[in-house]
Amino acid sequence: MTEQSDLLGRARAWIGRPATAPVTARDPVNQPMIRRWAEAMGDANPLWHDPDVRAAAGFAGAVAPPAMLEVWTMAPYRAGGRTEDEDMAVLRLFDEAGYRGVVATNIEQEYLRYLVEGDIIHARAIVSDISDEKRTGLGIGHFVTIDYEFTDQADELVGRMKFRILKFKPPLEQSKAAAPAGDAGANAFPHPRPAITHDNAFFWEGLKQRKLLIQSFDGRLVHPPVPACPETGSLEWTTVEASGKGVIHSFVVMHQPQLPCFQYPLPVVLVELEEGVRIVANMIDTAPEDVAIGRAVTLDFVEVEPDYILPAFRLA
Amino acid sequence: MTFDDIRPGQALPELAIPITASAIVAGAIATNDFQDVHHDKAAAQATGVPDIFMNILTTNGLVQRFVTDWTGPEARIRKIAIRLGAPNFVGDVMKLNGEVAAVDQDARTADIRISGRNGIGEHVAATVTIGFAEGAR
Repeated sequence: MTEQSDLLGRARAWIGRPATAPVTARDPVNQPMIRRWAEAMGDANPLWHDPDVRAAAGFAGAVAPPAMLEVWTMAPYRAGGRTEDEDMAVLRLFDEAGYRGVVATNIEQEYLRYLVEGDIIHARAIVSDISDEKRTGLGIGHFVTIDYEFTDQADELVGRMKFRILKFKPPLEQSKAAAPAGDAGANAFPHPRPAITHDNAFFWEGLKQRKLLIQSFDGRLVHPPVPACPETGSLEWTTVEASGKGVIHSFVVMHQPQLPCFQYPLPVVLVELEEGVRIVANMIDTAPEDVAIGRAVTLDFVEVEPDYILPAFRLA
Repeated sequence: MTFDDIRPGQALPELAIPITASAIVAGAIATNDFQDVHHDKAAAQATGVPDIFMNILTTNGLVQRFVTDWTGPEARIRKIAIRLGAPNFVGDVMKLNGEVAAVDQDARTADIRISGRNGIGEHVAATVTIGFAEGAR
């Protein structure tokens, strides 16, 4: 089992289980917290603070804005952070695996009634879903979905919530791991990622094992990966592992535009492998002026981010 | 406003929210969210972002306010569903826009579709379902 699927297996064992112990609000629904919330939101709705308006609407006491549903049962501030009980153990699994960033991405709240002064709210939270690893603007990570039920002092359901958060690897850490020693900070942005499809997944999986795999349709080698043999249309294929020897067929030296995750000038080569197919990759450990058509090169692998490996070439 | 005033396609007046550090912190405290990324710039930067950013419960509250600013106190919010994208960082402005996406004559509810955009892109996409008091709470 890979490290990745082991993490997912342990995390998904939480699905259907309580994310935290049940929580009872420390304070009943009350006017001061409502007032402070409405002021922070710039919400002038008189229902939240005008006794005449709420009485006319049939409410006996102060009425809480429905979007405050979760506020009543939020964990208190504590110097040093939350206690273990308040923390979600399922999220700690991701912290320990390096997914230390956290950001809430979705809330779906349903309100069965408006809460009023004196209501005492209870919350129960169940882990309902854990996504596969996703690439996001914040970094690679997993979405964790928690389902909440809110009940009142009579044990009546007053609202529900689906809460989704992203646990991600901060890009700074991803690139710190990828940057050569002494070069920290040069790669402050995530490396561009390939679009992995049914047809090319084998290629990227091979790279993770530091193998450059070439598609073989009954001995006819093809690269880049295709869904079907260009000559026969056959969908049957296997792979062969490249020896890693080749010759520079063509090249460019990139100066502009400069992306933050690369170093410039950057020689990009089209290498004709000894198996007969050509592949585009970056040159490493090579001065741009030493790159020339016809020069022999050998294959190497660069782990640009954890678990993300690209082929590269150096002069033979 | 009453349910019968609502028509599909009606636009809500735009609401611009300046995203200041004070607004972010006031919202975080009012929603009892003490996660450090919503008040501690150094802690936020340690996670790879440039500054503190608005917490989701404040966005949720602003979306609710945006709707009831338009409907008045008679509306009853039944559901709020929000999806966050580009974070609301200090120094930005978020502009909320919305329109009536659907009206259910049988249930006497309406769905309002909302988009809040900042200088980076879409901060929030939301759907709010409203009904009206009409004697009931």
